[in-house]
Amino acid sequence: MMGLSDHLIILPILIPFFAGAIMLLYDDRQRKAKLGISLVATLATLVVAIELLNRSKGNALSGGNDIAFYLLGDWAVPYGIILVIDRLSAMMLVLTSLLAIPALLYSGAGWHRQGQNFQSLFMFLLMGLNGAFLTGDLFNLFVFFEVLLAASYGLLLHGSGQLRVRAGLHYIAMNLAASLLFLVGVSLIYGVTGTLSMAQLSNLVATVPDADRPLLHVGTAMLGIAFLVKAGIYPLSFWLPTAYMAGSAPVAAMFAIMTKVGIYIILRITMLVFGAGAGSSAGFAAEVLVALGLATIAYGSFGVLASQGLGRVTGHLVMISSGTLLTVNGLALMGGGIGMLAGALYYLVGSTLATGALFLLIEPLSREEGGIAAMLALTADAYGLDQSDEDSTEQDEEGLAIPGVMTILGLLFGVCLLMLAGMPPLAGFIGKLGILGGAMSAPALPAALVWVFVALVIVSGLASLLALVRIGIQTFWAADGTPPRVLASEIAPIGVLAGLVILMTIQGQDIFRYMEATSRALHAPEIYVQGVIEAPRVVDGGDRP
Amino acid sequence: MEFVLSCAIGILAASGIWLMMRPRTFQVIVGLCLVSYAVNLFIFSTGRLTMGAPPIMPKGWFVNPAAYADPLPQALVLTAIVISFATTALFLVVMLASRGFTGTDHVDGKERD
Repeated sequence: MMGLSDHLIILPILIPFFAGAIMLLYDDRQRKAKLGISLVATLATLVVAIELLNRSKGNALSGGNDIAFYLLGDWAVPYGIILVIDRLSAMMLVLTSLLAIPALLYSGAGWHRQGQNFQSLFMFLLMGLNGAFLTGDLFNLFVFFEVLLAASYGLLLHGSGQLRVRAGLHYIAMNLAASLLFLVGVSLIYGVTGTLSMAQLSNLVATVPDADRPLLHVGTAMLGIAFLVKAGIYPLSFWLPTAYMAGSAPVAAMFAIMTKVGIYIILRITMLVFGAGAGSSAGFAAEVLVALGLATIAYGSFGVLASQGLGRVTGHLVMISSGTLLTVNGLALMGGGIGMLAGALYYLVGSTLATGALFLLIEPLSREEGGIAAMLALTADAYGLDQSDEDSTEQDEEGLAIPGVMTILGLLFGVCLLMLAGMPPLAGFIGKLGILGGAMSAPALPAALVWVFVALVIVSGLASLLALVRIGIQTFWAADGTPPRVLASEIAPIGVLAGLVILMTIQGQDIFRYMEATSRALHAPEIYVQGVIEAPRVVDGGDRP
Repeated sequence: MEFVLSCAIGILAASGIWLMMRPRTFQVIVGLCLVSYAVNLFIFSTGRLTMGAPPIMPKGWFVNPAAYADPLPQALVLTAIVISFATTALFLVVMLASRGFTGTDHVDGKERD
C-alpha cells in the first residue's frame, strides 16, 4: 500500500486545484478570506515543494540524485501517465511557489479588488505551472499547458480596460495558434514512435528507422516552435513586452515564470531526447537553439536601450534572460559541459525572482505621475461596477504608508538592477560567471561561437545596466514633487523577492552545488529514463494486461 | 482514402491560416476554428487509417493488433476538441469585449488610416 508520503508528488497540483475550486463557491466580496485561503494553499505548496526538493537530493547511495514517480491510476509505464520529480522539476516547483507568495501578498494591497475571481484564477495558474513541471508525458503536458494558459488569459484581462483587452486579444490568438502547433508536433511524434512518454521516447529515438527520422525531427521542431513562442524567443516574441506591460502588477510578476516554463520544457526534452545517446539524432537543433538564443539576446539588448518606461524595459529584460538560457541550452547539447548549464540554472532562478520584483516595483514608482490612481479609476469605471466608493474608503484603512518610501524603493530597485545586469556582488554575477566560465573552458565548442556568445552576454549586461540606471536616475534622483504614497503591504513582497536574491548570493555555494548536480543529472538522461521505465506499480499483476 | 483525407487537412489548414492573417477578429476566430479542425483530423490520422476495425480489444491472451484501430489518437482527439472548443469560446468573449471597448472589430482596436 502507498503511504501518505508517496502521494506527496501530486500535492503541488491538487492543493491549488482544490483551493481554487473552493474559492469559486464563495462570493467575490469575501476577498480577505479568499486571500487567506490562497496564501495558505501556496504556503502548503511551498512546504511540499521544499520537501520534494530535499528528497530529490537523495543520499550517498543514490549518487545524490533521487528520482521519484507517481503512476496515475497505477497504470504500468509506458501505458499510463506518469508524474516525475527530479532535481530540476523540484527546483522549478520551489521557484514557482517562492514567486507566487509575494505576488499574492502584493495583490492583497488592492489589485485583487479590480475584478472577479482573481484568487481562483491565480490558483489554477499555479496548478497548471506545477503540473507542467511534474508531468512526464507529452500529451499531459499539453493539458497542463492549456490549464495554465487559460488561467493566464483570465489573469491578463484582470482589471479590464481597453489596453488589457487589446493586449489580451493578441496574446490569446498567439497562444491558440501555438497550441495547435503543439498538437501537430505531439501527434507527429506519436505517429512515428508510438509513444508519448518522454522517457520511452528517449529510449526509442536511437532506433527510429532512418526513413522516419525526418518526420520525428519535424514533429519535435513543431513542438519546439510552440515552446519558443511561450519562452519569448526573438522572431516569435513581439507579443511579449506589450502583454507583460498590460498585465496588472502581481500578474506580470507571475508571468515572469511563464517564459521559464517554455525554457524548462525545451531543456527537458532536448537533453532527454537529443542527448548523446540519440544515435544520429544526437544534438538535433542545437545550432538553431544557439542562433535563436543569440538573436534574442541581441534583440532584447536593443529593446532595453530603446524603451522608455520601466514596464517595457522589464519586458525586454525577460527576453534577454530567455535568450541567454536558450543559448546555453543549445551549447549544452553541443557539449558545453556541466558547469555552464549549472550557471544557467542558477541564473534562471535569480533572474526570475528579480524580474518578478521589478514588475512589482513598476506600479508604485509610476504612481506619483497619477499612474495608479488614474488607472484604478479608469478600470473601475470601465468595469461598470459600483465598487469605486467602496475602494476609496478601504484604501485608506488598508495599512500604513511608510515614510522614506523612495529610499526603500530605490534600494530594492538597486538589488534588481545588480542582479539583472550581472554585476557583482549579487547572484546575477555568479550565474553569468558560471555560464561564461563554463562556455570558455569547454573544448567541444567552436571558439568563434563562444566568443560571440560571451560578447553578447556582456553587452546585454551593459545594456541592461544603462537602461536601468537611466530609469533609476530619472525616478529617484531627478524626481520632483512629493513622493508617492506606498503601503507597507506593497513594499514587503518586493522586499521578500529582493531578500531571496540576496539570500541566493549568500548561500551561493550550496545552491550552486545543487545546480551542478542538477546539471549532471540532465547530462545523464539514462538515469531519468531507466527510473521511469522501471517505476514499480503499487498493486502488482491483477488480471489487467 | 489517404488522398482525400490529406486534401481535407491541407485545404482546412490553408484556409484557416489565410483567415488568421486577416485583420478582422471574426475572420481570425473562424481561421482558428478551421485550423483546429485540420489539426484534429491530423491527430486522428496518426493512428493510421483503418476501415471497420474496432478500437477496443477483447480480453484474452493474444490479439492481433493489426486487426484493431489505435484507440489512443481517438482519445487524444477528444481531449483536443474539448480544449480547443473551450479556449475558442474564451477568445470569443475577449473579442466581444474588445468590440465593446473600441467600437471596431479590427484586431488592433483601430482602423488603419
